[in-house]
Amino acid sequence: MLNIHGNSRWSFAVAVLLMSIAVSPAHADDDDDDNRSSKNGRKPLVINARWKDECGSCHMAYPPRFLSAESWRAMMAGLDKHFGSDASVDAATATEIGDFLEKNASAKHRIASSGSEPPLRITETRWFQSEHRKVADRWKDPRVKSPANCAACHTQAESGSFSERDIKVPR
Amino acid sequence: MLRLSYVSGLLFVCGLSAQPVLAQTPDEVLASFQGDAVESAPNFQGFSAARGEKFFKVKHGNDWSCTSCHTDNPAVTGKHARTDKPIDPLAPSANAERFTNAKKVEKWFKRNCNDVLDRACTPQEKGDVLAFLLTIRK
Repeated sequence: MLNIHGNSRWSFAVAVLLMSIAVSPAHADDDDDDNRSSKNGRKPLVINARWKDECGSCHMAYPPRFLSAESWRAMMAGLDKHFGSDASVDAATATEIGDFLEKNASAKHRIASSGSEPPLRITETRWFQSEHRKVADRWKDPRVKSPANCAACHTQAESGSFSERDIKVPR
Repeated sequence: MLRLSYVSGLLFVCGLSAQPVLAQTPDEVLASFQGDAVESAPNFQGFSAARGEKFFKVKHGNDWSCTSCHTDNPAVTGKHARTDKPIDPLAPSANAERFTNAKKVEKWFKRNCNDVLDRACTPQEKGDVLAFLLTIRK
């Protein structure tokens, strides 16, 4: 009896330890097509603490899979002029975040809808524009304000889920 | 048994406590600005909260002032001028985490001074602003 009690305490302790390590409770679709990716299973959102902290200061920390590695490389090379703001980080932080972004970048070649440079804005990719073609008139809604404001419609965006079932477009 | 409950209790605390260690106090950060100011300007006369307030509230040639994101009242939650993302209060009286990490302080002064003034802020300017922020009561 005592022994069982002791074991359950250990189980509890181990469970708590796992809780403190696992910081990626959310799941996210990883593909252009929701139905196809849900058939393949849902991948957890990969988290890096520095990415979350640094890239999430002024805007949502956009998931690495939304751009290709070459786009992220270009992004990290220009942080001192990041869409009109200085978002520079120290060298060690830049290396860690850059590695994280490239490692988890889209395996697909996310291309811009115009121009030949790697896109820096997620919203400039053909993939994004195709996914949002039916709601393009919603950006001007004051509750949305901008296509960069994922969470206005993707209610679980902050935790990495862009699944169809979590979408609630303000009408 | 007793030891096990200590272990699970300790692990529980580890799992829950994400509070950063406060490495510095705002007064220590201010003292460090003062050291830099004395070094860079031999005629340094001390910091002024009134000058800091003015610096904080006026524009410096660009579209943004400090208040564009931090609002006129640094004791309340601000909002990023471009993205609308909430910004926690800047005044230490309203947000105990502010000005407790010298590295973070330097990172944000570098970025924000570049955005607002197109240059780095001087130790005098940084000290004046912090002196102003320290006068704010919730």
